Amino acid sequence: MAVVALRNVVKRYDDVEAVRSISLDIPDNEFVVLVGPSGCGKSTTLRMIAGLEEVTAGDIYIGGEVVNDLPPKDRDIAMVFQNYALYPHMSAFENMSFGLKLRKFPKEEIKKRVDHAARILDITELLDRKPKALSGGQRQRVAMGRAIVRNPKVFLFDEPLSNLDAKLRVQMRTEIKRVHQMVKTTTVYVTHDQVEAMTLADRVVVMNGGVIEQIATPQDLYHHPRTRFVAGFIGSPAMNLIRCRLEGNGTGLRVRISDRISLPLPEAQSARYHAMAGKELVFGLRPEHITEPRRNDRDPNCEFDTVLDVVEPMGMETMVYFTVDGQEVCGRVDPGSAKGPGETMRLHANLNHMHLIDPQTGLVL
Amino acid sequence: MSTAALAARAPGIGFRASLKRNRRWALITSYIFLILFAIFFLIPPYYMVVTAIKSDAEVARMATNPWIIADGVTFDQFKILLTQTDFLIFFKNTAIVTVCVVAITMVVSVLGAFALGRMKFWGSSILATGIFLTYLVPDTLLFIPLFQIVKAVGLLNSYWGMVLVYPTLTVPFCTWIMIGYFQSIPKELDEAALIDGAGHLQMLTKIFIPVALPGIIAAMIFAFTVSWAAFVYPMAFLYSADQQVLTVGTVTSLIRADVYKWGMLMAGALVAAAPPLVIYAFLMDYYIAGLTAGATKG
Repeated sequence: MAVVALRNVVKRYDDVEAVRSISLDIPDNEFVVLVGPSGCGKSTTLRMIAGLEEVTAGDIYIGGEVVNDLPPKDRDIAMVFQNYALYPHMSAFENMSFGLKLRKFPKEEIKKRVDHAARILDITELLDRKPKALSGGQRQRVAMGRAIVRNPKVFLFDEPLSNLDAKLRVQMRTEIKRVHQMVKTTTVYVTHDQVEAMTLADRVVVMNGGVIEQIATPQDLYHHPRTRFVAGFIGSPAMNLIRCRLEGNGTGLRVRISDRISLPLPEAQSARYHAMAGKELVFGLRPEHITEPRRNDRDPNCEFDTVLDVVEPMGMETMVYFTVDGQEVCGRVDPGSAKGPGETMRLHANLNHMHLIDPQTGLVL
Repeated sequence: MSTAALAARAPGIGFRASLKRNRRWALITSYIFLILFAIFFLIPPYYMVVTAIKSDAEVARMATNPWIIADGVTFDQFKILLTQTDFLIFFKNTAIVTVCVVAITMVVSVLGAFALGRMKFWGSSILATGIFLTYLVPDTLLFIPLFQIVKAVGLLNSYWGMVLVYPTLTVPFCTWIMIGYFQSIPKELDEAALIDGAGHLQMLTKIFIPVALPGIIAAMIFAFTVSWAAFVYPMAFLYSADQQVLTVGTVTSLIRADVYKWGMLMAGALVAAAPPLVIYAFLMDYYIAGLTAGATKG
C-alpha cells in the first residue's frame, strides 16, 4: 500500500520518444487504468514503474521514495503479465511461493499466505497442478495469486486479460475488481480495451502518442472528454465526430452538419458557445443521443430524415448507420422503431449532450 | 433425397476416398524406404557382431561365408580383449576424459549461452555468431597449432590434454544450441523472476536450467558423443598405451603392422559403442526435442 507518483517521466529509445514527460499521482489504494491504442506508451510507463525499463528523465516515486535506480525486487511491487509468465516446471503452489522463498520467509508463513490467496481466488484445488494442466483463466488466477501472496506496495497489471476469450475476460474482469476490493492495494492496470478501463478503474488515464490526454473518473471521461482523441476513444460505438459550422441565428445558435441538416442549440449550449459563432468546428454527439423521436424530451426542430445504410440489431437496441456529408454517423434506436437498410427514418438528436471540438487544437471547447 | 442432392454429395465421397488411397500409398512408400535404410545401416553392426563372436580360426578361413557363423559362437574374443590387452585402460581413460569434458562443456556453454542469449550487452550478437563460426573450423586444421599449446602446458601424451582440447569442439556447438533454447523462453519469465526477487544466478539455476532441460540434455549428449568418439586429437597428442583412449587405442593395439585381429577389433568396437547406445536409447526424445528447438529459434 503506497502512493505512486510520476514526475515528468520520459522514455527515449535511441531517437524514438515512447513516453514524453508525463506526470501522474496515484493515491494509496486507488485502482488506476492506463488505456490507449497500441504504441501510446502505456506499457512502457508500467514497465518503468516496475523497474523493467530505465527512466530516461524524470522521477518515479513509490511510497514517497524515488525508485529510479532501484532494481525491481527492491521496489516491493508485484506484476501480472499478459501471457501469465508462470514458471512451467513449478506447480501452482511453487509458482505462488517462489518470491516468498527467495525472500526467505518461514515455511508456515508461506503456506498461510498461499492458502489465503488461493481461497480468495478459488484455486485451492489447483495448487498441485503444473501450469500446462491449467486453463487460461486458471493460469491467470495463479499469476494473480503470485502477486497477492507477496502483499506488495503496488500491483501492476500488463494487459492481463488479452489472452483470454471474450466470456472469460468479462468473468476475470469482475474477479479482478472483487480481489481489489478485498485486497486493498494501489493498482496500476494497463489495457487497450476501453471497456475494461471504464469498468475497473477508480480513475482512467488516457494516453496517446506518449502523452497523457486526460486523467479522470470513468463517468467524467465519458461525459466530459477534454480532447477529440478521448471523445473518440472512450465509448462503444465511438462518439460521432462530424464537421460542422456554428451559425448565429438571432440570439440562438445552430449547428449545420450538412446542406440539409442544421440543428438548433438548446439555450444553455447557445450561451456557452456564443463566442464561437461562424466557426468551422467538429460536432460530437454520442450514438445514444441520436434516437427515434421519443415522447418526453421531443424537440421537432432537432428531428431530421435520413436514409439508413446499415442496421445492426443488438437485441436491447439497434444501431443505425447513415451518412452525413460523406461522414458515417451512428444512432442508437429502439428495436421496434428501426427501419431497414435503404429506408428513410426520422431521427432525433439530443443536443443537450453535444460537444464542440476545435479542429486545430483538438480540444473540446 | 433428390437426385441433384445425391449428385452434389458424390464428389465429396470420391475426394475422401482418394485422400485415403493417397495416404496409404504415402505410407507404403515411406515404409519401403525406411526398411531399406534400416537394412543399409544395420549391415555394419551385424557384421561386427558376427565377426566378434567367431573364433580367430574361422575368421582366417577363407572358405567359409563371412556373413554367417559356421563353427559355433564363442566369446573368446571378448575374454582376451578384456584380460590380455590394454582395452580396459583405454575404456577408463575415455570415461574420465568424457565425464570431465561434458562437465566443463556444460558449465561453460550454459553460462555463456545465458549471457549471450538473455543479457543484452554491447557486441553480444556478434560474439554469439563468432562462437558458432569457431565450430566450423575442422579439427584436422586445428591439431597442429593445438599441438604447440598442449606441449607448452606440458600435457602432451596425457589424457588430461584431451580434457583441455575437446571443449574446443564441444563448447561452440553446445553454446549455440543453448542460446537458441534460452531465447525461445519468453522474456516475461525472467521479468517475473526479477520482480519475484531473483538475481541473475538464481534466475539461471531456478528458472532457466529447469525450463531448458531438454536443450541441456541434447547439448550433453552432443558433448558426450564428440568426446567419446574423437579420433584426430588423441591420434596426434597421445602415444603411450597407458594414456590412450578407446578410439585410437583399440586400433593401434589390435593392428600390428599388417596383422589385423579382426575378431577382437570388432569386439572392442562393440564394447566401445555400448555406452553411447545406452545413453541414446534413454535420452533420444530429449535429444531430438532439444536440437529442433535450437534449430528453429537459433
